[in-house]
Amino acid sequence: MNRSQRLKLGIFRVVVLLLMGAFFLMPIGAMLEFSTRGNEVTSPRTLDAWVRIAQTPGLVKGIYTSLELAVITSLGMLALLLPTMVWVRLRLPRISRIVEFICLLPLTVPAIALVVGLKPLYIWVNINITPSVLALAFAYLVLVLPYSYRALDAGLAAIDLKTLSEAARSLGAGWGTVMLRIIIPNMPSAILNASLLSVALVLGEYTVANLLNFQNLQVEIAYVGLTDANTSTAVAVGALLLAFVLLMVLALVGGRLQQQHYVPGQRA
Amino acid sequence: MIAAGNPAVDNAARPLTGGRRFSLSWLGAAPFFAYVGLFLLLPTAIIVIGSFRTLDGSVTLSNFSGIAKPFMARAFTNSLGVSVVSAVGGAVLGAILAYAVVTGNPDGLLRRSIMSASGVLAQFGGVALAFAFIATIGTTGFVYVFLKSHGLDIYGNTVWFYDPPGITLIYLYFQIPLMVLVFLPALDGIRPQWREATESLGGSTWHYWRYVAGPLLAPAFLGCTLLLFANAFSAYATLSALLTNGSNYVPLQIQALLTGETQQSQPGLAQALAVTMVMIVVVVMSLYTMLQRRTSKWLR
Repeated sequence: MNRSQRLKLGIFRVVVLLLMGAFFLMPIGAMLEFSTRGNEVTSPRTLDAWVRIAQTPGLVKGIYTSLELAVITSLGMLALLLPTMVWVRLRLPRISRIVEFICLLPLTVPAIALVVGLKPLYIWVNINITPSVLALAFAYLVLVLPYSYRALDAGLAAIDLKTLSEAARSLGAGWGTVMLRIIIPNMPSAILNASLLSVALVLGEYTVANLLNFQNLQVEIAYVGLTDANTSTAVAVGALLLAFVLLMVLALVGGRLQQQHYVPGQRA
Repeated sequence: MIAAGNPAVDNAARPLTGGRRFSLSWLGAAPFFAYVGLFLLLPTAIIVIGSFRTLDGSVTLSNFSGIAKPFMARAFTNSLGVSVVSAVGGAVLGAILAYAVVTGNPDGLLRRSIMSASGVLAQFGGVALAFAFIATIGTTGFVYVFLKSHGLDIYGNTVWFYDPPGITLIYLYFQIPLMVLVFLPALDGIRPQWREATESLGGSTWHYWRYVAGPLLAPAFLGCTLLLFANAFSAYATLSALLTNGSNYVPLQIQALLTGETQQSQPGLAQALAVTMVMIVVVVMSLYTMLQRRTSKWLR
């Protein structure tokens, strides 16, 4: 590339990044501005709306509910998916395609369509198992399948699963020990990745909760927004900034953990 | 060599599981299949079967003819229109942004922060997104009020914020970052040597894009556009937070059927709408997968 081309490219990059930066930062800035407005046009900036988050029982409850659901879903996802994926790789490789297909299936069944089929199922669950909002975790586990599957699959592909598990088994380890002390410690970043993706999805989930008449964080935000838009906007921008911090942490920690992968033939 | 193909030797090596067709190995995968069977395959079966049934349980196609009603057709036109325009717009703008990122330092802070930010924003659908744009270009929004006070009224006579153009603009907020995430790997596969080769053969920038990079990137670009379409078409939360129940979009029609009284009169209609949505997404995603496979041939 010659000098004038390089200059043109430089100008192009600056212009694109500035315009895109403006488009993506403006709504976030506007939300911060909106959430600090007073009641009157002329009244000074105030943090009242942010203070009201803690004073709105529905929101506080919604935050707790969504956090609980996020933890349950992540743990449930790991407990269901990781042993299955390990088992399929070691013992049933011929069904790995079927497992992959099923795990990616939720990508082609939109949540708004799936919820139509979940509705009768949840009427049964609410009567016979539990009426609690935490029952949503059953559906959320399905929604996070594609993302968790991809993250865990990448992690499992990066370690020599067969050698590791056979070595452990030949030394007398049971399958539980293999999972907990051999496989999980060897793929921390993939597990962290899958968990955080699940947490992010659950914290932002609205479709299933709203249409099954459960109150999670997003449903509460929408509900509070009907009467007090400032407080809703404050929660929304707070959640978004929190997600940014979480993912930045993931990017930093993930980069560090990545180097600890077990690579055959490579010494630490 | 002889031992490898001999079943007796294989069995000897694995005495517990054996080489038989039905073995204990299947038990290890049983919990997974039981779970997805109950919470993924059963609901899917419910909507598929339900869409072909009448109130008294006989088989019918009348649920699908309900889709042909004018207001339903209108819902599909709106949903498809917003999805197509936001997919194409998001793909073009996202590709431009991805190119601006790729031409920078591959290990630089800029690239890493844009990728992380795209990861967050691509997931940022939902209720919060609706509030974000109400605060920005809603009728009391910061940017709208600012522009208006400087003599530029972006709405003029009609507030198009709640119409398809407004929804499309809002959708771009998660479509562009998604495009950056999925298209960047393809751009990364483009080697600088190809450009140098074009130039050494006397080709201009236009020749390079028209005959080298363009054709190579086209399948990836098209595939990503399809993915964006499916993404927008499946979105519900933003619409629900922004518009009233029963507005002219497919997801909101489903919402109205699920929450309203009409459910009793025609229970199969919601299922028929859901099945139609699924079929559209399945077709689009299959095309996406095909194009993706084609791209991965030269990507490595």
